[in-house]
Amino acid sequence: MATTPNRNTAAGSRPASGPTTQQGFVYLPLIAGWLVPGAGHFLLRKWYRGALLAVSILGMFALGIAMQGKLYSSAKDILDLLGLAGDLGNGLVYFASRALGLGADSEQVTVADWGSRFIVVAGMLNVIAAIDAHNLRTGRKIS
Amino acid sequence: MNPSHFTHFTAVILFALCASTVFGITMRETPRRMFRYGVYCFTLFCGSAIVLSWVMFLIAR
Repeated sequence: MATTPNRNTAAGSRPASGPTTQQGFVYLPLIAGWLVPGAGHFLLRKWYRGALLAVSILGMFALGIAMQGKLYSSAKDILDLLGLAGDLGNGLVYFASRALGLGADSEQVTVADWGSRFIVVAGMLNVIAAIDAHNLRTGRKIS
Repeated sequence: MNPSHFTHFTAVILFALCASTVFGITMRETPRRMFRYGVYCFTLFCGSAIVLSWVMFLIAR
């Protein structure tokens, strides 16, 4: 799918220069940002932002795992379904953790409940970050 | 510090720190405004947790 130059900013009327006017697959930062936290911003050469996002999201996910949080793997009821949706927001990190057998099957201690919330919220924050990368790519967000 | 022995307050601080960083970067456009919004979110996260904790404590008495 070809990229449409940004029409909402002054940069949109200029020839290609900068990430908002590059040609290519417009959804690449969105997909990359979902699969690997911060990757969408790295693709747009927003190095510091990408690094901060990656540290925050991966740190939150790692803390959740270290707190013996649960990784949702099935949707037996509506709450499990919501938890699974949140976990899937972590992208490849979620699948890698499942493959490595990380995360508890059930919450055994009080801290594990917070850990599960950390993992779910990390996923949702990663979705927000990926959408931000997409907005930067399309020019909806200027900088 | 072992994460499996965190207190609730430590968990709140870490949660607020990570969430505020992401909110600041994604919701504002200039670095200065990102930083200020991140600090604002962090303060609200921690402040509301402390206030709600006191409210629940007083209700439980």
